[in-house]
Parts: sequence; C-alpha cells; structure tokens
Amino acid sequence: MAETIAPEVKPRPIIRIGLFIISHSTLVSIVCCIAGVLALLLLPVLAKSTYFSENALMPGSAMSMLSGKNVVEADRFVKELSSLGLKAPSTGLEIPKLIAKGMADLGGEVSYHNFHPQSKKFHPLHFFSSPDPDMVKANYSCSSYGVNIIGIARAPRSDGKEAIVLVTPYNSSDISLGEAMSLGIAYSVFSLFTQVSWLAKDIIWVAADSRHGEYASIVSWLRDYHSPSFGGLEKLNAKACREGLVTGSEVSDSFLRGGTIAAALVIKVADKSEVFDKDALSIYAEASNGQMPNLDLINVINYLAVHGQGFRVKVEKLPSLLDSKWLKVLGTAIESLGKIARNLNPQWKFGIPVADYVEGTATLASSLYNQALGVPTGPHGAFRDYQIDAVTLDILPKISSYHKARRNEFLLHGARLVEGVARSVNNLLEKFHQSFFLYLLTSPNKFVSVGVYMIAFLLLIAPLPVVAASLYSDAHKCNSGIKNEDVTSADFVDGPTINSKSWRWLYAAKTVFVIHLWGFIVTVLPFFVCQIPNCSSTTSLLIWIASSGFSLILVHLLLGSPFVTASIPQSAGKEWLLLKSVTITAAFIGLCLMSVINFATAEIGALLTVPMCLMARPLKRDFNVRSTKAYARGALNLVLLHIGFPMAAFFLIKGAFEGFDNISVGDFWYWVESLWVWNSATYIYICMAYIPCWVLCIHILLHPC
Amino acid sequence: MALILRILLILLTLCLATTHELNKEEFHEELLLKPLSDRKILSHFHFRHTLPDVTHSHHSLFPKAVFQLVQKFRVRELELSFTQGRWNYERWGGYDPLSSSNAKPPGVELWAIFDVPQHEVDASWKNLTHTLSGLFCASINFLESSTEYSAPEWGSQQSSGKLRYGALPREAVCTENLTPWLKLLPCRDKAGLAALMDRPSIYRGYYHSQRLHLTSSEFGAVGSTTGIVLDQTLTLVLQPDKETGSMYSGSSIYQPNWSMSSLFGREVGGKCVLAESSTVFVLLEGGLVSTLKNTWREKEGHEADNIVVENSWSNPNFELSIPPNKVIEEVTTLHKNPSILYEYSVEDSEASKPFDLEFRWKNPVAWSSPKAPLSASRFLTGSGNERGAIAISLESSGRKDEKPQSLGDFVEKMRVSPSEDKVSPGVMEMILRLPCAVNSAALTIDFDKGFLHIDEYPPDANQGFDIPSAIVSFPDFQTKIDFLVGNSSKKSPMISKLQESRNIQSYTEVLLVPLTTPDFSMPYNVITITCTVFALYFGSLLNALRRRVAEEERHQREIAAKKTVRFPLLFKLLAMLRGQTWEQPPSQSSTSTSLINTKIVIKVIIVAGIAAGWQYYYG
Repeated sequence: MAETIAPEVKPRPIIRIGLFIISHSTLVSIVCCIAGVLALLLLPVLAKSTYFSENALMPGSAMSMLSGKNVVEADRFVKELSSLGLKAPSTGLEIPKLIAKGMADLGGEVSYHNFHPQSKKFHPLHFFSSPDPDMVKANYSCSSYGVNIIGIARAPRSDGKEAIVLVTPYNSSDISLGEAMSLGIAYSVFSLFTQVSWLAKDIIWVAADSRHGEYASIVSWLRDYHSPSFGGLEKLNAKACREGLVTGSEVSDSFLRGGTIAAALVIKVADKSEVFDKDALSIYAEASNGQMPNLDLINVINYLAVHGQGFRVKVEKLPSLLDSKWLKVLGTAIESLGKIARNLNPQWKFGIPVADYVEGTATLASSLYNQALGVPTGPHGAFRDYQIDAVTLDILPKISSYHKARRNEFLLHGARLVEGVARSVNNLLEKFHQSFFLYLLTSPNKFVSVGVYMIAFLLLIAPLPVVAASLYSDAHKCNSGIKNEDVTSADFVDGPTINSKSWRWLYAAKTVFVIHLWGFIVTVLPFFVCQIPNCSSTTSLLIWIASSGFSLILVHLLLGSPFVTASIPQSAGKEWLLLKSVTITAAFIGLCLMSVINFATAEIGALLTVPMCLMARPLKRDFNVRSTKAYARGALNLVLLHIGFPMAAFFLIKGAFEGFDNISVGDFWYWVESLWVWNSATYIYICMAYIPCWVLCIHILLHPC
Repeated sequence: MALILRILLILLTLCLATTHELNKEEFHEELLLKPLSDRKILSHFHFRHTLPDVTHSHHSLFPKAVFQLVQKFRVRELELSFTQGRWNYERWGGYDPLSSSNAKPPGVELWAIFDVPQHEVDASWKNLTHTLSGLFCASINFLESSTEYSAPEWGSQQSSGKLRYGALPREAVCTENLTPWLKLLPCRDKAGLAALMDRPSIYRGYYHSQRLHLTSSEFGAVGSTTGIVLDQTLTLVLQPDKETGSMYSGSSIYQPNWSMSSLFGREVGGKCVLAESSTVFVLLEGGLVSTLKNTWREKEGHEADNIVVENSWSNPNFELSIPPNKVIEEVTTLHKNPSILYEYSVEDSEASKPFDLEFRWKNPVAWSSPKAPLSASRFLTGSGNERGAIAISLESSGRKDEKPQSLGDFVEKMRVSPSEDKVSPGVMEMILRLPCAVNSAALTIDFDKGFLHIDEYPPDANQGFDIPSAIVSFPDFQTKIDFLVGNSSKKSPMISKLQESRNIQSYTEVLLVPLTTPDFSMPYNVITITCTVFALYFGSLLNALRRRVAEEERHQREIAAKKTVRFPLLFKLLAMLRGQTWEQPPSQSSTSTSLINTKIVIKVIIVAGIAAGWQYYYG
C-alpha cells in the first residue's frame, strides 16, 4: 500500500489512522472481540450499588400506620375467601361478590369490570400496535367473561389527578390459598388507605380475574381505562352479564377512574413455601421489549423489604450458572487481581469475592436474557405499554407461613411493605424520572447502567465496519491488478475515477438485499402456518422450515440467482470478498438498529453474529491450501455456523440452562410463538436480520472460488 | 318590562335612601350544619356585609380593601374561591342549592364581570388578579397570563363579553389564605361564629372551600339589594370523631353523634357584637326527613306528619341538645319531601355559658342525597407522548331505556375558541339538549402534545400539566328551598340565599396531562456535546479553508531532505510516530524503523514506570 503512493503525498492523519486500522483489521477484530467478551464478563465487577435519585421518595421515613386491627380483619377476609374456595362453585360469582362487598365495607368506591379476554394472535401488519378494540364484537356468553373488581380509596384532600394501582390476581372460579393471601394483603392495606387523610393520590385496588390469564385481565382493564369504547355491543353484553353481580347500592354502575396512574404494584403470593428463615420476595420488572421500570421503584421496594420488613429479596437468576466451574475460575482470577490492585493502592476498590461474582453473573445473565426475549416477566408488563412504572412482587412465604399464628405476621409484613411503597410513591410530586430506565441488575441492590454495558457492545461491533472496509479495499486491490492507480486512497477520499468496476459491489448488495427480502417472507410465514388447523408444534415448525427453504429457492429463481455470480467472470475468485463485506455491513446496521430498540437482544445477537460473520470464508479455499491452520479455520467456521442456526442456538442455551433431559423439537416453535404473541422485536430481529445474515454466511462458505 | 322594573327599583331605592335606617351597613353571621349521608357533617359559614350607600368613602364595617377594589376596577360581580379536596357529588348531593353554589373545583377559581368598555376588560382583569393576589397571599397573579383565563359567553350570567374566568388547579390552600379572608370580618375570628374556626380542625376535613362573592348594583349587578354586597362563605365537610362501641346495629350503621365542640374543638362564646344577627341552622334534607318519618311510622304506628315539625328536635330518631328558636319547614310540591331547618340564635350565649349544640342519633338511619340529573366525569384517554384526548362522559342518574335519537338533536349550540400557542387557551362551550331517555353520552376532544419552549415549563415540569375543571350546568333544572318564613322583614341572608332559584351546577375532575419533558439536568451534557460538535465542525472547516496543499508538500519535502537531529525532541518523537504509523504496512519493515520502535518503547516504559511509582508513593 505504501509503495503505491508517492512518499510526499501524505493523506491527513485521521485518514492515515483509519487506513492503518483497516490494514490491521484481523488484529483489530480479534482484540476487539476478546475485549468485548471480557468487558461483558467484567460487568458484575463494575456494577454500582443502587441509590435513591429522587429525594421526594423518602422511603421508610414515616412510621407504619398499619396496625394489628387491619391485619385481623384481613385474616378474617382470607378465611372467608378460602372457605368459599373450598366449596364447589355454583355460579362462579360468589368470590367476586365477596371481594366487592369487602371493598365496599371498607369504605371504598367499588365497581365491576367485565371483560372478554382477547386471544393473542399474530397479526403481521399490527406488529407494533395493539389490535383494534372494535375487532371483537361477537356475542359471548356470560361465562366467558372475566370479572375484575375495582376498589378506589379516594385521597380525601387531594385533587385526584393521580393514582397508584395495586393489582392482586385471583381466580374467580377456584381461588387458591396464595391468591387469597395476596388479596388479604391488599385488603389490609386498603382498609388503612380508606381511613387515612395523608393520601395525595387515589389508591386503586384491582382484583384481576386470572381465569383467562393474569396478563389478559389487566390488559383489558388498562385498555378500558385509557381508551374506552363508548357504547357498542360489547359494553351492552358486559352490562347484561353484570346483572347477576349487582349486590346493592354500594357497587357503582359506571367504570371508575382515578386520574393518571403514577405507579403500579402487582402482588402475588406463591402457593408453595420455602425452607428458609425468612420470607422471600422476588421482584420481576422486565416488560415488553426489555423495557424496565425506573430504578428508583425497585430501590424503594428493595430498601423497604430488606431494612423494614426483613424479607429476603431476590431477583431472578440462572441457576445453572451458579455452579459452573469456569465462572468460579474466572471469579477467582478477578478476586486475586483485585487483591493485587489493592496491594498496589488501597484505594483501588477492584474485584469482588468469588461467590458475589458468580451470583452477579447469574443474575446479570438472567436479566440480559429476559430483556432480550422481550416478553414481560409478569402482569406488570401491561402497565409499561402506558408508560407506567410497575413491578410484580412475588412473595414466597417461609415454610410455616400458612399456619394460623404465622399467617397474621406474614400478612402484617406484606401489608407494611406495600403500605411503605405506596407511601413513598404517594410522596412523589413528579412522575418517576430521576433514576435510570436503562440498566441491568446484578443483584437487588446492584446495577449496571447503560453507560457501562454499552462498552461491551461497542467493542463487539467495532470490528464490523473495519473488516468490511478492509475487505472492500482488498477486493478492489485484486481487481485493479496491474493497473497502478491510487484506488485505495482515492476511494476513501473522494474517488475521482468512477469506473464500472467500482460499482461492482452493487451485485453483492443485490444478493444481500434479496436474502433480506426473503427474511421478511420468513417473518410473515408463521401467520399462515397458524391458520392450518390441528397442527402440532413439531409439524408447524417443520412446515415453517420447509416453506422457508422453498421460498428461498423461489426468491432466488424469481429475483435473480444470488448463488450464480458468473456475470463478471474475470473476477469470480474475489467476488466473495465483496459479498462478505456487504453482509457484514448489513449485519452491522441491523445490530445498531436493534440496539436502539432492545439493547439486550443486540448484545446477545452481537455475540452470535460477530464471530460468525468475521470468520466466514469459502471452505474451498481453506481446503485447497491444505495447511492445519486452514483446516482449523474451516472447522471453526462449520462449528460457528451450526451453533449460529437459531434453533441450534436455542437448544444449546436451553440445554445449558435447564439440562438436556426434556427437550422436544416443538419447544422452539412454542418459543417463537411466544415471541410474536408478545410483539417482541426480538422476533423481527431474528427473522429479518439474523437469519439472512446466517444464510449469507453459508453462502460465503460454499462459495465456488 | 325589565327596564321598567329596573327604573321602578331605582325609584324605590331613591325613596328609601332618605330614611336613615336602611342606609346602614349591615353584617350578618350564620352557620349551617347538615348531616351528610356518608356520616360526615357539612358546615357552612356565611358572613354577609352589605353597604347600601356607596357614595361615602368612610365605612364603619365594610372592609375598605374590598370597597376600593370594587371602585377601582368597576367590578359588577366577582367570585373567588380557594378549595382543597373534591366535592363528592354522589354522596354529598348535587341537586340542592348548597352544593350548586358552594361546591368548587380544587385550587383557586376566579371569575369577574366588569363594568368597563370592552377593550379595557382584559387590563382590568390583569390588575384585579394582582390586587387579589396581594390581598389573599396567593399566586392569583398567574391568572394574568392570557393563556390562563378565558372569556366564556354562555356562563351562568348574561355578561356580554365582560366576564373573565380563570382557574389555578395546583394552588395549595392553607391558613395563609384564610387569615386575610378573616381580616375582612369585623370581629375576625376573635368573637362570634368565626371563633369556631380552629385551624387544625377545619383543615382536617375532607373538603374545605373558602369563598368570596361580591356584587355591586352600582355597576349594574341585578339583585334585590342595592350597593355592594359581600358574601364570605367557608364550606367544610368534617368527619365527627368516631366513637368506639356499638357502631353496628344489626345490618345498618349508626350515624355518628356530634356536637359543635367535637367538630371544631371550640365553642361559641357569644355573637360578634357588630353583627346584626348571629344564627346557627341545622338542616335536615328531604331524603333524611322522609326516612325519619317512615321509621317513626313503623315504630310508633301513627301518623307523624305534623309531629315531626312540631316537636321534632327531640324525637325517637334523634335529639338536639338545645331546643331551637324556630323550626322552619320547606314549602314543597306534592311528591317531594320537605326539608326542615332548625334555627338557633347565638345572641343569648356568652363566654360563661357558651353555645354548644349537640346532635345525638337514637336509631340507625340511611338515606341518599339527591343527585344532579346527569353525573359528569372527565378523564384522559390515549397513551403515548404524541397525542391524547379528553373525554367527558355524562351518565344519567335515573335509568330509563329508550332509543336515543340522532346526534343532531343533541348539540344545540356550540362555540369553540381553539387554543393558540402561547396566546390563549382552548375553550369549548357547548349547549346540549339531551332527551330524558338518554342513559349516557360521551364527548371526546383530541389534542396533540407538543414541546414547550424551555422557559415555559413550570418548576415541577415532570409532574405534567393541569387542565382545570369543566363546568356542567343545567339551565332547565333550577333548585331552591322555599322556606315558610313568617315575618319577612328581618330575613336571614342564609335563608334568602337558599330561596334564590339557581341553576344546578357541577364541576368535573381536574386532569393531569403528562407531557414529554426534556431532562433539565442535562445542560452540562448538552453544552459538552454542542461544543464538541462545533469544535469538530469549525475545526475541519477552517482546516480545509486555510490549507495550502502545495505549500505543505514542499514543506514535507524539505523535512525529508534534511532528516537530521536538529529538531527538538518532542517534534522528532511526533515525526517518528507519524513515520511509524505510515511506514508500518505489512509489506515492509526496515531495520531503522524497528530500531526507532524499540527506542520509543523503552522511553514509553520509562515514563510509565515513573508515573506508576509516583502514583504508588504519592497517590
């Protein structure tokens, strides 16, 4: 390169650095990739402790006002509920009636909300929008309606502009003890809130009928809250069904509202219990497409649960990572590194104990995975669609909690936690905005903010444009052959010589474009596969794969054959360079776009895509060289490609985390189905960016050189 | 006809003005207590100043500040209210004169009609807001901005464009607003009924509305009285202290017993000596009276219609600790139950023998208050930061099932003044004519959310933006309570107020619209980024402009020619670095460059070592 340019004509320094990096692309990409993976593994070490950004929250500064009286009443309510649950339900309306009566007796405003759950289906054209509320207008029978009960404790001296929502899912036909307990917690809190005068926000207690799924009931309530349809057949139907429910004048006939919702808490109590000395509280926060509630909300809950009520707070983690050997080794290495650093300078607080590191990594991996999946981890996900901060609190009682004496204590602790959180949110003058929205949790009180975890991703994708540019220049160098013109520098500055050859990348681009177009077809295909009646998951999956393959051939026949690049015969040997360059560029753009929508997906996608794209190289060339290095490279390529197949990757990850014992082929179909049902952008990414990239890599591998 | 009447009125006043008796300033103080159906007590203080003669500028009772304000701004009518809490139209009633005139939206509401030429109205309004702001220690002056007030046309009165209306929903109400309000009273809260106003008690309530209403006939106000009339009312909804013990009796719950001392924590030690009258009323509304009659009829088994009125203050249902001076019954049509008013005069009481009325229930009673024909609720719909909608749903309180007619019949008249950015608020006035059969009606108004200019955001921008309450009034539904008052010569202002026929009026909820708010903690980041961008842009631009390529090439050739040791070290190092980056390409690697490389590496290591040592020993 240096010889081609006359020594006295030096390009500008910044371009020289660029050229330098491009000419060392292999080294750069290896260093960057390793650094990216290392940075990802270092995240638990770099995690910061959480802190309260919003001063107005003042958690735990007020004495809890919830007394034993509230709890005793709640306990009676739980007993009534569970005795109803034991009896055979005759109409399925006794439990809603009892809850409504309980709410009304406490002095709240009560109304029923009848809804018909809308089954989630894949609508290719409505991907990012919720389905029309007017779409469902069939005449349903009353039994198919779910009954939410809404109780509102009005803040006596406020103007009622804002509200806090408490959600307790219950099954209207068969109530379990855990559900009764969660209703009991809400009952005792509600009995306090109807009496106190310090409330600034209304408290809305939604007992959500989980007969049709917890999520569906809350979604339909939120939809009616935010975008009601006035009149219409559905409303009349719902009204007709409500006739059986009306218990008296205390139940309001209209849909009760309470202003803008500031925050929501979903309270669930598990039926099973755990052998520990403390009640455990799991916090679920991930909503659709990896959106998280404000970190301050999690802080408040964690702070009050740990310091106030003595819960053992945990965030979901991947159990299989907890006893993996390599993590422990890595943890030990980091710990000893930290020790060395501390020896050098005691102020360098680097390195954490092995156990902390392993736990942090397991939590981080779960956090990353859940965000990447884009599927909400609980009913709180419905609130995020309306920009409401919400979390699910899943309380796992310790083993003796369902004994009578222990029950009151458990109710007291749970209710005091909810009271404290509601009180903190009640203190808020503004909406949650101070703390982070983009973060990953490594433990309930440690987090990695966006500024830190972005580094790993940036390091991973940095080689992509470099390698693309290097490949492009390589391809040109080969083409220009004997012609000794300053192609390289001229192309990067502003090429004065635009010959037909410099446009040859368009052929490669066409190939890439056609494959991406095919990706769109793959995205839409499941919609049609779903229409086939009586289809097991395995057959559906096979049909999907088969039709995808068929459509690939079809596209290839119709839109020009991407596999035959004989249009420019004299340069066939180097054609794959251009193709790889464009493929890498497309993958880069896809990853960048995805990182804006769902960062975690982009991160995991980059881990899979980047090595695969960078390594891709025609197998024929490797086998022609006949050296061990070339063979190793070819073998690695093949391995990467097999791992890179979405199904294989899915089963590998699933197997790694849950064991290979009970895996069936159909699982993948269910997984994909869940993705599109929840409108996860991950589905779009996989089908429209990842699979085309994978196919193009195969294409490069099989390239006839 | 109206003209003739008015002329007659003026003649009458002219005739009477000569007599001294009617030219006197008067002050009345009254308190009305009314049990509410949800076991709370409504207490309504009413203080009235009348100033028949406005020609003199010297007054003995009438507050001078208000008089000057009326004169200066030529206020025909004015109403200012400070409210905390929401009036519960479902439980506290929405069809009686008390709720129609005293239920106000949260925060501050101000409207005024001016008797000035059309083009001076806005100026008068602005000055008035500032004056009131100073007078009542409140930020009423924010209403001067043209985006905060409007000029409704079909409001309650015929105003011919001289009415201005503004509301501040976020204004907090506290004692600092009450104190200046009390200063307008001749006895302040030192004597008379106002002495009951123990601050912790009255702010502990569920609803607190302090109101000031004035009319001046001088500037054309239509009314029965001449001169300036200043009505000051304080409406409270209080919860009597709960008694432990037998609250339940079978299925129904006892209403709580209460007394004035338990409600307010104070007693009345005599009337304000400057007041003409000082009266306490207890009002039992029609629904309650009919329930009482029924229960009594069941228990005693005889016709009780008359007895209720005659000796009703101590009957099997409830008991008043002091016999009333007068029992007044409402004159009603056939199918409506009459309300009953017990009247007490505080004039006899004194400090040693304070007036403390007690109300004791003997039987559990439950009744419901009359509701407005349509209950209105307003809410926001839509999600996201792009657009939203305000919906008002009107639901009929009585249920009838018939088919609704087409919409054309409903909207009779409509006036919309769309909002203009930073100039005026959007106002929509509608007159709807709904058939009685209508069950529910809903109106939605879509709006776009936009960004404001940076200095237009309020201090708590992330809270969102308030939309003041909407007013729903029913011109075809009038409400009044006609009391049988014997000698009308000395009419109480409270009774005359209740007897006045009023439109039913209610307010909807205040709304909070969340808007996208820029992160105000970002200026530092913004400055940094902007500066970086500017530096990059201008740097490269200047570089491109001032570069002379030929000159540079010549210079470089010179450098290449005399590659000697004459350069300073730093420059040399730089040149070497440059040379290295440039001559590095994989094809060639000369020994000289590798030598230089090792030299550099050694130097770098030495510098790094020094730095590390420094850090270790001194850091």
